[in-house]
Amino acid sequence: MPLLDARDVHGGYGGMNILNGVDMAIEADEIGVIVGPNGAGKSTMLKAIFGLLRVSQGEILLRGEPIHNLPPNKLVQKGMGFVPQEKNVFPSLTVKENLEMGAFLKPGNVRRMLKQVYDFFPPLHDKRHQPAGELSGGQRQMVAMGRALMAEPSLLLLDEPTAGLSPLYMNEIFEQVKLVNSAGVGILMVEQNAKQALAIADRGFVLAAGQNRFTDSGAALLADPDVAKSFLGG
Amino acid sequence: MNELVFFINNVVIAGSVTGSIYAIGAVGVTLIFSIMRFAHFAHGDMMTFGAFMVLLLTTAFPGAGAAIGVPTALVLLPLAMALTALLAVGIDRAFYKPLRAHGVKPIVLVIGSLGVTLMLQGLIRLFAGTGGQSLYIDDRKEIFRLALPFEGARAPVVVTEPQLYLFVITLVAVVGLHLFLSRSRLGKAMRAMSDNPDLAQASGINTNTIVAVTWVIAGALAAIAGTLLSLDVTFKPDLSFFLLLPIFAAAIVGGVGHPYGAVAGGFVVGFAETLAVFNWSVLLRPFRDSLPEWLTQAGNLAFVGTEYKIVVPFFILVVILVWRPTGIFKGKVI
Repeated sequence: MPLLDARDVHGGYGGMNILNGVDMAIEADEIGVIVGPNGAGKSTMLKAIFGLLRVSQGEILLRGEPIHNLPPNKLVQKGMGFVPQEKNVFPSLTVKENLEMGAFLKPGNVRRMLKQVYDFFPPLHDKRHQPAGELSGGQRQMVAMGRALMAEPSLLLLDEPTAGLSPLYMNEIFEQVKLVNSAGVGILMVEQNAKQALAIADRGFVLAAGQNRFTDSGAALLADPDVAKSFLGG
Repeated sequence: MNELVFFINNVVIAGSVTGSIYAIGAVGVTLIFSIMRFAHFAHGDMMTFGAFMVLLLTTAFPGAGAAIGVPTALVLLPLAMALTALLAVGIDRAFYKPLRAHGVKPIVLVIGSLGVTLMLQGLIRLFAGTGGQSLYIDDRKEIFRLALPFEGARAPVVVTEPQLYLFVITLVAVVGLHLFLSRSRLGKAMRAMSDNPDLAQASGINTNTIVAVTWVIAGALAAIAGTLLSLDVTFKPDLSFFLLLPIFAAAIVGGVGHPYGAVAGGFVVGFAETLAVFNWSVLLRPFRDSLPEWLTQAGNLAFVGTEYKIVVPFFILVVILVWRPTGIFKGKVI
């Protein structure tokens, strides 16, 4: 049974449909990457999965259980974590407090998970008493991912985790995504840096105009001349 | 030396009393704003309601305090805090929550809270009448006169029992709130929601719980402020309503959404008010010989008359809004 199975998902804001039938499935230990041109509905799809957007048609299953249109806090309980692209930390809370908030529903986990998150992101341990708002963009992204990991999700949704980061930090974030995935967390992420993201992807989804254009393994999509020509800039 | 005593009595003590009450009120206002993003105008009347509950309870059990040597009103204060917290949660459920569910603009909630103000005030008038009533029913207001150990200090420093309780309770409330916000899981979640409500929800924090907790704290603090104010003077149905302006000034001076700022703002506004109405000519008396005549001959050297006291927070409010709208602690702009 796939970890996440979205079938024919339709949805949008205020009657305007952005998603016009998206299919998306990943297995428990996989990294799925959503790429595509601006306005293709990449982030919208992620929000639909995390219950931030009404799904008007189709279904989304988490380990076979329908979850579409459940509120986000229910989805966190069911093992889903979401890292928004912007405003993804609590700026006036310290790094440690940010992480603690991620485990709000599982307070018994805090100590064990803090240690694990600090192992994933060593810089956070040094800055644990600093307000998250004072950190650099890359470190903030680590706090955001760490916060989501604190609830021990089985599926982590990342919305453009490398947006606005320098190439150095970008590579670091991709490495950390791989590391988190190898610890057994399924990942579904939206990325602008399509080539790099597809290189680490087990599943790649190329969206255009709210529909699947290409769906294959990351390596196959990278090798496909059609995908390269239309979406990866040659 | 008597001038110093005069200064302590009329500025240090009076300013601390006013400042403490403004501080507790402003903390409530600022917490509500930081979680629900609206200016809660009914806060003054929630304070009055707390004092009214104490009045009712004290009338019902006038002898409760005598047994342990504490004013009855203070013994019954925790009960009044619980009742006011209950009222605050109830008001939210009945009036503010449906408005929030409709996704109205903050100004609609502000106007809604104005309606709640009128309702609460009417309700209290209905039962308590319009006159002033003492919260000391069966016991007596203790007044302490402390003589200063200086030669020539004839006048004593005067401080009343409720004022001493006010200082202690303010300190306990501020420290308690600080520990709650910085140590407890719910307190941190409150700060998280104030920072970023969407992310708080995405983290699995139940925002309805946080809203309820906020009202419980705001209601309990309002009851403390209202009761201590009424103990210091007398209970009146509109007493706390007239504090609304200085309390909002304090919250804005401190930086809206910033609880420690609200405490600081409360004391800034409280002392500013007290210093503005203080008669400085008394302090100049010892230097009479070396000062020009026009200065020493003036009988009253206060900046404003006592009857214009309310001008001071207004003035501070305007100055802050023009020069530093985020307040001392960089809060949000209303």
